[in-house]
This record gives sequence, structure tokens and C-alpha cells, in this order.
Amino acid sequence: MPDPLLSLSALDAHYGDFQALYGVDMTLMQGEVLAIIGANGAGKTTLMRSISGLSQNAPNQITYINQPIGALRADQVAGLGIALVPEGRQLFPSLSVEENLLIGERMGRKGPWSLQAVFDLFPILEERRAVASTSLSGGQQQMVAIGRALMANPDLILFDEISLGLAPVIIKSIYDALPGIVGSGMSAMIVEQDISKALSVSDRLYCLQEGRVALEGASQGVSREAISAAYFGVGS
Amino acid sequence: MDWVNAVVQGTLLGGLYALFAAGLSLIFGIMRLVNIAHGDLIVLGSYLGLVVVTATGMHPLVALIVAVPVMAVLGYVLQRGILNQTLGDDLLPPLLVTFGLSVIIQNALLEGFTADPQKMNAGAIETASVSVGGLQLGVLPLLTFAIAVGVIAALQWMFYNTALGRAFRAVSDNQEIAQLMGLNRRHVFGLAMGLALAVTAIAGIFLGIRTSFDPAAGAGRLIYGFEAVIIGGLGNLWGTLAGGVILGVSQTLGAKIDPGYQILAGHIAFLVVLAVRPQGLFPRVSG
Ligand SMILES: Nc1ncnc2c1ncn2[C@@H]1O[C@H](COP(=O)(O)OP(=O)(O)OP(=O)(O)O)[C@@H](O)[C@H]1O
Ligand SMILES: [Mg+2]
Repeated sequence: MPDPLLSLSALDAHYGDFQALYGVDMTLMQGEVLAIIGANGAGKTTLMRSISGLSQNAPNQITYINQPIGALRADQVAGLGIALVPEGRQLFPSLSVEENLLIGERMGRKGPWSLQAVFDLFPILEERRAVASTSLSGGQQQMVAIGRALMANPDLILFDEISLGLAPVIIKSIYDALPGIVGSGMSAMIVEQDISKALSVSDRLYCLQEGRVALEGASQGVSREAISAAYFGVGS
Repeated sequence: MDWVNAVVQGTLLGGLYALFAAGLSLIFGIMRLVNIAHGDLIVLGSYLGLVVVTATGMHPLVALIVAVPVMAVLGYVLQRGILNQTLGDDLLPPLLVTFGLSVIIQNALLEGFTADPQKMNAGAIETASVSVGGLQLGVLPLLTFAIAVGVIAALQWMFYNTALGRAFRAVSDNQEIAQLMGLNRRHVFGLAMGLALAVTAIAGIFLGIRTSFDPAAGAGRLIYGFEAVIIGGLGNLWGTLAGGVILGVSQTLGAKIDPGYQILAGHIAFLVVLAVRPQGLFPRVSG
């Protein structure tokens, strides 16, 4: 078996005295798409923050291409090719749409993604490139947040709740764009509340419950009953 | 005509105040740091100019070539070495640390140069003047004003048209997300302070040519700088220039009424703006 692209071993995370993750083990192979599901407060965002370097961990709790990255800062992790599309989009309000995208390019990593490639993926952004990012609709803002992460040409992209608060038609257009993103060999981790969406786009899934992995398995192989048990903590 | 003259002279004086204020405005805008040592750093710039002029015999304006990069490097080191450690949700630590820095700079200057007032000699340019529409305008105040406008235009351009400016705005908007974009905020803050102290060096040299200075001169410059920033509106560099001009004009008009009112009139103008428009005249319209 080849080495995983990313592996977490006994990952803990804390906010002050409060522990949000307990000994999480996880692996992600090159080119794989993982779905991370779990109820509100299960620790999904915390997991994303730990991997991307926004919260610090012990070096060996997170390994990326056989390199311990748990203690690196977020800008260092970004330089290694991990990008995060954060929960709630979090665009830079003082930057225009185009500038929000260009700032993603700072890492100078080579790859297929460029301003033009993002505009080809989401044509509406080209029309609105000069406006303030705050004047976009929620769906358009999400497209900018995705484009901004892609501009870094990452090897691994993390999506935290990309469909949260968006209209169904927008969600569909964003999910329609997904194969074009991960099809190029990019690996991905997708946090998603909508379980059928999560299952349909992913190879494997992990379900978190109160900071622990409650279930893992192939997305096509797990039963709905097993998922609801892991999700709500019933029957276990 | 006397009143017109007072307004024009005050406007030119405002250029110097805008130079005092630009660095403050920049670092507050980018990292919400209120730098109590800013006035002392201006005076440090004056002394640095003096040392260069004395050692090399350069003209003080030529000494900018040395003083500006030296202050810029000092700014970067100061930010990375000390000030970054104080930044966080609490506003108090940076205030206390820069206050301490202010005391340290004043005492170091006192040790090194005594309390005697010093001045840089810029030669004929100090007294030269040109006649414009019946007004006698000093070449030095004109030059100071032109440099102030140039500095602010350059900073403004950098802010909105370069990758560095984009990085400054991004870090100012959201430090965590900027970090995700590969921007190390500690480095970006260092660059911001370096840039601010480069401007401070310019301010210090024009100050040192215009008037005499001593190690305790910083407090007054800090007040004028603060007032210009607040009058103009936080985070708006052109507003800072306008704030400097309003301050300068108030002072010359005050002096016109009674020479004793010069300083007071400036502070009154500041208080009036603060009372009527606490957000300043031209606050940044955040998008
Ligand atoms: N900044 C914080 N300080 C303290 N506790 C926090 C903080 N952020 C999250 N938590 C707590 O950590 C736990 C995990 O939160 P997290 O945001 O990771 O959950 P989540 O799975 O992303 O939830 P959601 O579906 O609501 O986004 C929750 O109990 C939450 O209350
Ligand atoms: Mg979350």
C-alpha cells in the first residue's frame, strides 16, 4: 500500500480548557475525496483548523507527504500545498473579487489554476471581477472562496460546509463544478451537512461525534442506519 | 491678503503635520497598533539625519538616502523583535510597550546628545522664497508640502495597486484567513512598520531642518500626528493629509488673531472635529 498523502494520528484539539477533538486517526490517499460528516459541534471545523495550521498541534499528530506538519503555522502549511475554503466564506471585505482571487496565488505554486481558469469555472466572477467582494450574493461569495483556494494550486483542498446557507440551485452549480476540481488529481476533504451530497461526491467518509471518529468507511458501502447511529450517537 | 496668507502658510505647515501623521495612520490602519513612541521615532529620525550630516558633510536632504533605509530596517526589526509579541485582542500591551519605548528613546538621545537643542543647516533653501500672486512662499515649506503629497500619493498607490498593498489590506481585514493565503502576518506587520518608519525618517529630517529639536521634542509631534489622523478619519491617508492641513491652518489663523493662540487654536479645531464628527471628516468607507 502506498504512503498516504495526509495522516492524522491521535489528534487532540483544545479551546482553552475545552477539548474539541479526542485522539482522531485519519488517512487520506493521493487523489482521494473524503467526506467528513457529523452533527453541529462535532468538531469538523476544529479538524479543518488543525490540519490547515490555524491551530497548533504536536508535530507528529499530522503528517503530510511523510513530513510532520502538526506544529507548523498556517502560512507554512499553505506553502506545502494545503488550501482551506473556510466555513462562512470569509472573503476579504476591502479587496475586490479579482483581488480576493489574486491573493490566493501568492504561494507561487505551479499548476492548472489561474485567474482565467477560475473565471472559466465560474463565469459570473469574470463579469463581477471589479466589484467589492461584499456586494456579491452568498453563492457568488462561495465561488470566490473556492477560487481563492484553487489559485494556490493546492494538492489537497479542504472544504468546510460549502453549501451552508445557499439556495439549492446554487448548491447544485457548486457541486457540478466539483468533478472539474478534484478530477485533475487534487485530493479533497469535504465537510458537509447534507449526507447524501457528501456520500455522492466522496470515496470514503468519516463521521465525527463529540470530537471522536464514530464511523469510517467507503461512501458506497456504509448503511444509512450505521450513519445515523454514528451521527446521533444512538444505538451504540 | 493677510488672512489669505495665513491660510496658505497654514496649508503648507499642514504638509509637515501630515508627514508626522502618515506613519501613525498606516500602522493603525494595518495592525490597529497605537504607537505612543511615534513622536520620539520622528525625533530619532532628526538625530539620525544630524549624525549623517555631521559625519559626511552631506546636505540634510541628501542624508535622506541614508536615514530612510536605516529607519525602515529599524522598523522591521522593532516590529518582529518586540511589537509583534504585544499584539492580540487586548489593546493595552502595545500601548504600554510603546510608551516604554518612548521613554527609552528619549533617555538614549539625552545620553548621546545632551538636552541642548540641535538643528540641521540646509543652507540657502531655508530662507529662499518665491512670490506667487503677491504672496511670499518659502521654498522649504513648499517642498515639505510637495513631499507630503508625494508620500501620501505613493502610499495610497501602493495600497491599492501592488501585491504588497493587497497583503496589507488582507491582513488588516482578517489575520487568520490571510495566514491561510500564505501571508505570515508577523512578516507583513514588520514590513508595515518598516514602511511607517521610512516615512518617519522623512518627517524627522524636514522637522530638523525647519526647527530646532531636542530629545524631549517627540511628545508634541505625537500630538500633532494624532490630531491630524483623528481629524482626517482613521485609516484614510488622504484624510490624514486633510487633517494635517486643517490643523496647520487653524494654527496660523489662531496666530493671526493673537500669537499666543497658535497652538491652542490647533487643539480647539481638533476638539471641535472630535465633538461634531468623532469618526473624523473622511473615515475609511469599509467596503
Ligand atoms: N473558539 C472556540 N472557543 C471555544 N470552544 C469552541 C470554539 N470553537 C468551537 N468550539 C467548540 O468546539 C466544539 C467543536 O466545534 P466545531 O466548530 O469544530 O464543530 P463543527 O463540527 O464544525 O460544528 P458546525 O456543524 O456547527 O460547524 C463545539 O463544542 C464548539 O462549541
Ligand atoms: Mg463547523
